[in-house]
This record gives sequence, C-alpha cells and structure tokens, in this order.
Amino acid sequence: MTISSNPLTAAQQKLVNNRLGLWLFILSDAFMFGGILVARIYLLGETRPHLEQTTGFIITAILLVSSFFMNRAETSIAFGDRRGFLISTALTLLLGLGFLIGVVGFEWRITPFGPGDGAPGAIFYLMTGMHAFHVLTGVIFLAVILRNGLMGHYSADEHWAVEACANYWHFVDIVWQFFYPALYLVGVAVALP
Amino acid sequence: MNFFSLGLARGIGAQIIGTAIGVAFMSIWRAALGMPVNEMEPAAVFGGAVGALAFMFGVGALTDWTRIAFGHAVAEHPAADPSQPTWARYFGVSLDHKVIGIQYGITSVLLLCLAGLFALIFRAELVETGLQFLSPDLYNTLMSLHGIVMIAAILTGVGAMSNYLVPLMIGASDMAFPRLNAFAFWVNIPGALLLLSSLFLGGFDTGWTGYPPLSARAPLGMQFFFMGVYIVGLSSILGGLNIIVTVLTMRAPGMTLFRMPIFVWAAFATALIQLTATQLIGLSFMMVMFQRLFGMGFFDPAKGGNVILFQHLFWFYSHPAVYVFILPGLGIISELLPVFARKPLFGYKWIALSSLAIALIGFFVWAHHMFTSGMEEYLRVPFMYSTLLVAVPTGVKFFSWIGTLWQGKISTPTPMLFVLGGIVVFLLGGLSGPPNGTVATDLQLHDTYWIVGHFHDTMFGGFVFPFFAAIYYWFPKMTGRRMNETLGKLHFYLMTPAFFVMTLGQMFVGLQGMRRRIADYDPAQGLSPTHLVVTVAAFLIATSVLVFLFNLVHSVKSGEVAAGNLWASRSPEWQIPSPAPEHNYAGRPFVVVGEPYDYGLPGAVYLQMGDAATPLPPGHAAAPAE
Ligand SMILES: [Cu+2]
Repeated sequence: MTISSNPLTAAQQKLVNNRLGLWLFILSDAFMFGGILVARIYLLGETRPHLEQTTGFIITAILLVSSFFMNRAETSIAFGDRRGFLISTALTLLLGLGFLIGVVGFEWRITPFGPGDGAPGAIFYLMTGMHAFHVLTGVIFLAVILRNGLMGHYSADEHWAVEACANYWHFVDIVWQFFYPALYLVGVAVALP
Repeated sequence: MNFFSLGLARGIGAQIIGTAIGVAFMSIWRAALGMPVNEMEPAAVFGGAVGALAFMFGVGALTDWTRIAFGHAVAEHPAADPSQPTWARYFGVSLDHKVIGIQYGITSVLLLCLAGLFALIFRAELVETGLQFLSPDLYNTLMSLHGIVMIAAILTGVGAMSNYLVPLMIGASDMAFPRLNAFAFWVNIPGALLLLSSLFLGGFDTGWTGYPPLSARAPLGMQFFFMGVYIVGLSSILGGLNIIVTVLTMRAPGMTLFRMPIFVWAAFATALIQLTATQLIGLSFMMVMFQRLFGMGFFDPAKGGNVILFQHLFWFYSHPAVYVFILPGLGIISELLPVFARKPLFGYKWIALSSLAIALIGFFVWAHHMFTSGMEEYLRVPFMYSTLLVAVPTGVKFFSWIGTLWQGKISTPTPMLFVLGGIVVFLLGGLSGPPNGTVATDLQLHDTYWIVGHFHDTMFGGFVFPFFAAIYYWFPKMTGRRMNETLGKLHFYLMTPAFFVMTLGQMFVGLQGMRRRIADYDPAQGLSPTHLVVTVAAFLIATSVLVFLFNLVHSVKSGEVAAGNLWASRSPEWQIPSPAPEHNYAGRPFVVVGEPYDYGLPGAVYLQMGDAATPLPPGHAAAPAE
C-alpha cells in the first residue's frame, strides 16, 4: 500500500472543489450587489423613485416561481427523472426570459425617466440593469444545461452543471428579493422632475 | 516553429482585430440610431471590451470551457506539446500551476520595470521647479500610470508567489481549478495593455484613485484605465477564489491548518480580501464609466449624486488592497527567517492568526483616507481607532520575527539579506503610518509627499524586499540553478541605502509642504536640493534592479547548478528535486507527522516522504485511491 496524497477519489475531490468554488463565487458577487444596495441607501435614503407597482409585482412573482421549477429540475435529475428535468428546466428558462422581457421590455419602457435623470434614475437603471445582466447569464446557463440534457449528458450521479446552474439561479433570485423592496416598497415615492 | 503557435501572439493579434471590430460595430450602430458619431468614447470603450474578450479566445484560455459548455470532454492534465521548445510553454496557455506562477512572475517583473521607468521620468522633472521637459498632462498621466502599473505588478507578483508556492507547500498536485488559474493569469495581459493604451488616448490625470468629479471629465484614457483595472481586478478575484479552495480541500494527509507552512496562511488571508473586497473597486469604477457613457448621475452633485459615495466604495477595497500587497510578503519573511536562523518560528499560531486578523480589521478602516474629504464628521474617530488597531496584529509579527532571530545561528545569503532589509523598511513604514491614521495629524499630512514616503516604505518592506527574497530563494526550485551571490549582494547593498535616502527624502519634503502628485512647486519652498537627492536615489534603485535583471537572465542559463535542498529547508517543496517535477509529488507523496518549523530541535520530523515501497505510518491510513 502506498501513501495516497489524498483520501478522496479524483471525481469526489473535483465535486468538493466545485461546490466550494461556486459558493465563494456567490459570496464575491454578493459583495458587488451589496455595494449597489449601499449606493442606493446612500444616495436615495428614505425616498424611492415612483414606479409602476403592478409590473414590479408581476416580474417578482415570475422570478420566484422560476426558482420553484429550477428546484424541481435539479431534484428530478438527482432522482434520475430525465423527462421531468427537461420540462422543469425549459419552464425555468421561459420564466427567466419572461422576467427579462418584463424588466427590459416593459418596465424600462414605461418608466417615465431615463438613466440620466437624477440619482434615482441612475440607481434604478443600475440595480435593474446589473440584476438583469445576471439573469441573462443564468438564462444562457439554463440553455446550456437544457441542450446538454437533451443530448443525454446528465444522470442521477453526474449532474454538477445542473446543480451549479440551480444554485446560481437561486442566488440571482434572492438578490432580487432584496432589490425589489429596495426599489418598489420602502420609503416615500417621489416623482422625478 | 510558427510565430502564431505561441498563444500570446495569437492573443494580441485577436485583441487588435477584436478592438477594431468592436469600434467599427459600435460606430455603425450609433450612426444607424442617429446618435452623434463624432463622439468616440462609446465606440472606443466597446472596442476595448471586445478586444479584451478576443484576446482570451485568441490565447486559448476559453477553449476548454467552450468545449465543456457544448458537452465535450476535456483532458484533466494535458501534457505539454512535445513539438514545442520548453520556453514556448511560458508564452501560451498552460494548466500547470508552476508554469502559471512563473508566467505571473515574469509579467510582474516586466510591469515593475515599466512602472519604475515612468517614475524615473517624472522624478527627473521634479528636480527643478518649473516644467522642463514634461507637459502637465503627461506628468499627470505618467504619475497616475506609475501608481496603477505598480499595483498591477504587485498583484501579479502576489499571484506568482501564491500560485507557484501554495500547491507545492501543501502537497497538492495542482491548484483546485487549473483552467480558472490559467484564465486568471492571462486576463492580466489584455488588462495591462488597456491600462497602457491610456497613454496614447489622451492620458488621465486623476492618479490611480480615479476620483470623480475629475475622472468624470478626464480624457478618453480614463475609460481605458477603468477597464484595465476592472480586468486586473477580475484576475485577482478568481485567483483568490482558487487559492482558498486549494488550501481548504487539497492539503496532504496530516497537514492540519496549523501545520501548514506559514506562507500558506498569508496567501489564504490575502485571498479572502481579494475574493470579496475587489468587487467594490470594480463597482465604483464601473459607476464612473456609466456616468460618463450614459449620463447616470451617481457622482454628479447637479443630478443629486454624491462624490463621497465613490470614495467609500473605492476605499472599501483600496485599503484592504494594501494588505493584499503586503501580507504575502510578510508571509515570505516569516517563512524564510527560521530557515536562516536555524530556529523554530516564534509563535507560529500567533503569526498565522495575525494574518487573518490584519485581513479582517482591514475591512473596517477605509475611511481613514477620507478625513479631509468632507464626509460625515462622526465617522472620523471610530475609523481612527480601528486604524490604530491594525498595529496590534502587525506588532505580533514583529515580536515573532525578533523572537525567531533571538540567539539564532544566523547566516546571511542574499535571500536573508532581503528578508532583514524588508523587516527594517517595513518597520519604518509601520512607524510612519499611525500619524496618518490619527485625525489631528492627518489633517496636516494628507496629500503631502509624507504620504508618498510612508507608502513606499510599506510597499518596499511589505512587497518589494520580500519579493526579491522569494525570487533569490526559490529560483533554484524553479530552474535547478541558483542566482549569483555576488551580484545578489551588490543588488541588496545598492538598493537598500538608496531606498532609505529616497523615502526619508520624500517624507522630508512632505513635511516641508510639498504636495503629492503635483508637477511643480514653489521655488521659495527651497525643496529643489532634496528633490535632487530623492531623484538620484531613485536612479540608484533602478541601477540595482538592472543588476538584478542581469543576474536573473544570466542565471537561468549559466547559474551554478543547485538541484538539492539548497537552504536545508524542512518545507515539502525542497524534499523533491529541482526544478520541481511536472506532477509535483506524483510517486513521492508525503504525510505530515510533526511541526513545520522545529529547526534545530534534535529528532524533530515534519514530513515523512513516501514512495511506492514505503508503508503508511500508523494513524495516517489514507483511503485507497479507486
Ligand atoms: Cu488605508
């Protein structure tokens, strides 16, 4: 018997590394979003821009529901249910697209101010824009695992990419659960000049 | 051999083409939307971003990930292409942490020289009052580039030490994420090119801090500075992530956290800062970029913005950043002292935890840069106290170093000289710091040349001296040859006194009222003689670095062969042949059975090296590899 440099198998070691790495990435990204939140509090304080409440509520609901299907997708593949995994992934992807269209296509269009209109405008477009960018990367990630899932690449034992996509998606969702109240709910709504 | 078989050549080619395509695309797009086409900034920024991405594709750092995304398998440890000469490996993507570490090191030394050159140019201008050969704009740009290119040089130098040493020291086969490691190195190249291109795009005149409102209306070069820093910062984040995972999951059997070589602790604490705080400088710079591109009024008082917000975000990174610069260097000092004093490291646990403590406290001191900024006044005193608190864990390190040297059998080859020099210089930096952290004195010292003197002390003591020590010390591990001792000593004895003259001169003119970052000064201040002395000292330092460069290049080919455990170290990397074999400890794994720094204690054992025939020592039964 020889001295093994590591008690884990190569595949186990890789999974341990990948999981820790993803959590660290999320921690790092959270600092960026935290900084944006600080900027919002610093510049706007107890005021918020006057926004269309219905749209905000609907897009938030869409994103929350998408996380449910994301979880279903991950659980399905973990139990070897490939069909359920594909359906749930496709639904998550569609809901994610729905969120993006809701923010960029509707909310940005109906908002009566632009990014250059005062600090509230700047903060509104920074928060929604940076978050939407993360949703976009998540949607691309979803498209990748959907494609590879259709090609039959994942199994109950090996589906790290699905797990990573799910954790990232939930993270992006949670960020919005902080951004939504910060933009739509807390403080006094003020109309921009 | 084809020139474009070198990844670097392909990368730069792709960056040039990518930039051109980006500029053209955005110009046409804007013209189609009826936006003013004579405004170059949006197209130039877009081009710069596309160019950087194109570099990464061109060099080949994204090839494997693209394949993985399309469901293809990639090789875990691809062997080096045998048709290429060995040197060519360093000019293309390699997944080997030792190659990447050396790539970081070469980049660092090149950037260090370049940034030093910028300093020599504007130092020469400062010898006399009035402006002799630089325009004010060029002075400002060179001064700003000196700062930021030095920072890039230091960050890549830190990357060099962490990448080369950490896996070797903990007995890992490589870093946790070799592809991410290669990506994190290569992204520095387009980042550095963007930074330097600002020189030809109108420059920028804000210093490396990029404060608005000045940065919001500086020339186009400002945007390339922001992009360059953003990209180098990305490298720092990803590099830190990789180190943390490697340290936490890939240590050899028996190597508990408190039995790691002490440098690993320093690298770990550094990585925690890199991973988290760096995001905030990225965010603050991005917000200024957006303000310039889209008119978003974050820092524009006319739009309800606030410039103080920028300083809060910026310094939340940029103070901890100095600990990113110095903690690895202080780790090198703690690592090398016991080897050359032949004594146990005094207070190992305290040293290990003091690195973490410095990193942690570093998150709560940022506003000491803002005492004169007009920020909320009630913040001043708490930030003064938190700042002075940093002196406690730093003092722990000094006590430990003195305790280690005490009654040791000290020998002074070149690496040890640089370690001892580093301690003294860093002590000067440590003593000149508290006056800046104390509100009452800082109100006088802020933005004077005193700060420049203090800062160069901390950077030389915390990074430059230890970095040179590390190069002289581990050069045999990298190449199998050692550097010339005589030239090394010449380097040291030339650089050290020159440095003291330079830094004390800087502090002196600062106390006399010389402001930092300003191209000219009043003849009535009578500062010219001191400025002349400082400039001469700076040129002497440059001369000593030339000696070092000659020694480095010469020794790679013709240095004295040193294949064994040259310094009689107990650390794992010296128990295997030099240069370190491609697969580190493959075939000769080890288990840790004792304390790492028990130098001079009879019978003390740190490692038990194994090979195919060695049975496991009791209590270290590793699971059989499946
Ligand atoms: Cu500071």
